[in-house]
Amino acid sequence: MSDLEAFRAEARAWLEENAPEGVKGIKADELNGVWGGKRCEFEVPDQKVWLERMGAKGWTAPMWPAEYGGGGLSKAESKILSQEMKALDLPPALIGFGLTMIGPTLLQFGTEEQKKEHLPRIVRGEIRWCQGYSEPGAGSDLASLQTKAERDGDDFIINGTKVWTSYADKADWIFALVRNDNSGIKQEGITFLLIDMDDPGVNVSPILLISGKSPFCETHFTDVRVPVKNVIHEIGAGWTVAKALLGHERTMIADTFGSSAGATKKAGERSFLSSLAVERVGEREGRISDPIIRDDVAKMEMETRAFGLTTQRTADAAKAGHNPGPESSMFKLYGTELNKTRMELMVRILGPDALGWEGDGFDEFALGTTRDWLRSRGNSIEGGTSEVQLNVIAKRVLGLPA
Amino acid sequence: MQLILDEDQQMIAQTALDFVDEHSPVARFRELRDSGAALGYSRDLYKEMAALGWTGILFDEKVGGAGMGFAELVLIVEALGRKLAPEPFLGGVTMGGSALALGGNEAMKSEWLPSVIDGSKVVAFAHQEKNSRYDAYAISTRADATDSGYRLTGEKVQVLDAVGADAVIVPARVSGESGDREGITLFLVETGAAGVSLTAQTRVDHRNAAIVALDGVEVAATAVLGVEGQGAELIDTVLDRATVVLTAEMLGGMSEAFDLTVEYLKTREQFGVKIGSFQGLQHRAAEVFCEIELARSCVMAAARAIDAGAPDATKLVSLAKAKCSDAYLLAANEGVQMFAGVGMTDEYDIGFYLKRARAAELTFGDSAYHRNRWAELGSY
Repeated sequence: MSDLEAFRAEARAWLEENAPEGVKGIKADELNGVWGGKRCEFEVPDQKVWLERMGAKGWTAPMWPAEYGGGGLSKAESKILSQEMKALDLPPALIGFGLTMIGPTLLQFGTEEQKKEHLPRIVRGEIRWCQGYSEPGAGSDLASLQTKAERDGDDFIINGTKVWTSYADKADWIFALVRNDNSGIKQEGITFLLIDMDDPGVNVSPILLISGKSPFCETHFTDVRVPVKNVIHEIGAGWTVAKALLGHERTMIADTFGSSAGATKKAGERSFLSSLAVERVGEREGRISDPIIRDDVAKMEMETRAFGLTTQRTADAAKAGHNPGPESSMFKLYGTELNKTRMELMVRILGPDALGWEGDGFDEFALGTTRDWLRSRGNSIEGGTSEVQLNVIAKRVLGLPA
Repeated sequence: MQLILDEDQQMIAQTALDFVDEHSPVARFRELRDSGAALGYSRDLYKEMAALGWTGILFDEKVGGAGMGFAELVLIVEALGRKLAPEPFLGGVTMGGSALALGGNEAMKSEWLPSVIDGSKVVAFAHQEKNSRYDAYAISTRADATDSGYRLTGEKVQVLDAVGADAVIVPARVSGESGDREGITLFLVETGAAGVSLTAQTRVDHRNAAIVALDGVEVAATAVLGVEGQGAELIDTVLDRATVVLTAEMLGGMSEAFDLTVEYLKTREQFGVKIGSFQGLQHRAAEVFCEIELARSCVMAAARAIDAGAPDATKLVSLAKAKCSDAYLLAANEGVQMFAGVGMTDEYDIGFYLKRARAAELTFGDSAYHRNRWAELGSY
C-alpha cells in the first residue's frame, strides 16, 4: 500500500470513529456552518463535539503546520481527507475568516510569537475573527482610510470607525488597517493591527441592509489601547499585508460562487433552476412554456458551467505550480456578476410571487429568494467593486497605461 | 479531466505557434485572398503541415496516424486560427477524415485515409443544403437504388474545403422527407465522377467553399459509409467533432484579435494621451479578456470530453460553440470599434477577424441554437 492509500484508510477509520451522526448532511455554508468563537452557537449539539474532535486533530486547518495546531498534511493528503469527508457526507467542522483570511496571512507575515498565540486558537475554533478595512469615507478607495493609530510607548491608541465589518457583533478579535502616518502617499503609513474586541473603547452596531437583515456592522474605536506587538509585518507596511489578504478574500468569494458550478446532471435530469422554471412558469411539450425564460435558464446554466470550468482550470494550473496572479480578479468579477444575474432570473421566474416581504400569502421559498436577490446586489460591491476588478485586469493583467 | 496542458501538449502548441508565425503571417492570407484563387490555401504549405504530423493527429497509428485526440488537434487549429491560416483542417481533415475513419468500410479506409493523412488528398463533407439553416437532417438530395448501387441527385452548398478536393462525402435521402432523422445514407463521391460539378463560392471570410451539384451521379454500393438509412448518427458525430475544431480556430482568432487591439490601445494617441488610458476602453477590454478566458476553458473541456467519450460531451460542445460564438464576435466588434476609423479599412487586419467571427458564428449553429440544444439535453 502506498503512503497515500495508507493515509486514506487511516483518515477513513478516524472519521468513522469520531464523526458524530448528527453532523452528517449539514451544509457548511454561511448560514449553517460553525463559525466558532467565545459566543459560538451550535444548531445541533453534535456540531460542538465535531468541532472539538476535528480541532484537536488539527483537521479544521489540515494543511497548517502541526506546531501551530494544524493538521500538517500535504496537499495530496488534504485532498484525500476532503474526499473521505465528502464520501461520509461530513461538513467541515469550522468555517470563517480565521481559517480563510487572517490564518494564511499570519502564516505568511506573522512572527513566531504571533503564530503561536493565534493560530492554535483559530484551529480549535476558540476565537472568531472579523475584518476591519472599509471606513465611511474609504470604500473602493481603501487606501484613503483614516482610522488613527497614535504611538504611546509600547501601545497604539486607536480612534476611528470601520464599516461593513461582517459579524463584528459575534467576533472576538478584529484584524484592522489603521493609519499611523499621514505624511507620505496614501498607501504608506498604513499598519495592519490585531485588536481584541473586548478591549475598552470598542463598540459595535449592526447595519440594516435593503434586504432587511445583514451580517454587517459598524465598529467604533474610541481611545482603544493596543500593544505594538500586535502589528503584523512592519509598522507602515500594512498595505502589503492587506493586498495579500485581499487575494485570499477574492479567492474565497470566487470559491463560494464557483463551488456548485462544475456540477453535472445525469442525462435527462433537470437542474434546480430548470425544475423551478418548469414548476413556476409551466411546461408545454416538455419545454418551459415561456421561451425567453427558457433561453435565459439555459444561458445561466451555461455561463455557470463555463465559469466552473475556468475556476477548475486555474486550480489545475495551481496544482501544477502556476500560482494565480492578478487575473484572479476575474473570478471575483465574474462570480459575483453571475450570482446577481442568477438571483434576478429567479425573481423573474417567480413573477408576482416574488413581491412578498413577509407575512401571509407568500411562500417561504419566494420570501427567501426576494431577500437573497436584494442581498446579492451587494456581491459586486463588497470585497472590491466590479469596477475595481476591471481596473485591476486592465492595468495589471493587460498592462494598459494609467 | 485535467484542464491543463501536459508537457507534450505544451510542445505541440509551441511548435504550432512558431510554425504559423514563421510560415503563415496574416499577410499570407491577405495575398491568397487578393489573388482570387478559388483554392484559397497553399498545397505546398499544407504538405509541410502534414509532414509535421498535424493532419494525422486524429487517426489510428495503423493507418499512419498519430493516435492522439482533439485535446492535441485543437492546439494546432488554435494556432492556425490566430493567423487565419486557411489550410483544410476543418472541412478536410476533421469532417471528411472523421467520417471516413468512423463510417468507412475497410477498403475505403485503406484507399483514402493514408492520403488524407499525408496531405496528398482532401476529402470534404457536404451536409449543408440551401435554406436548411442549422438543420443537418434537412436533406433533399436523393439516393435512388440502382442495380449496382445508387444514383445521387441534388445540390449541396457551402461545402467547406471542397474546392480542389478529391472526394466529397455526401449525405443523401433514401427514404422519408427533408427534416426526418431516419432515411439518410452517407456516400463517398469522387469529385471527378460523371455528373459531379463543383462551383467555387466566395464567402465573406474567403474560406474555401463550393456548391457541389450531383446530377444523376452513379455510385457503387461499396461507396456507403455507416449504416444505410441511419446516417444521421454519423452526421451528428462528425458535426460535433467539427464544432470543437471550429471553436479552437475561433479561440485562436479571438485571442489574436484581442492582442492586436490591446497593442493598439497601448500605442495609439488621442488628446495627447494613449487611448488605453481611458477607463471607458479599459473596462471593455477587461471584459473581453474575461470572455476569452471562459471560452478557452470550454474549448479545452469539450475537446477532452470528446476524447474520453464522456456522457456530457455533447453539452460541452454546445457550451464551447455558444461561448466562442459570442466571445469571438465581442472581441472582433470591440476590436474594430477601438481601432475606430482605420478598423473600418481593408488595410488593417482587424476586419478579417470580424468576418471570420461572423462566419464561424453562423457555422454549425450560433449561440441561440446551442442554448436551445443545451436546454433540450437538459430535458426542458
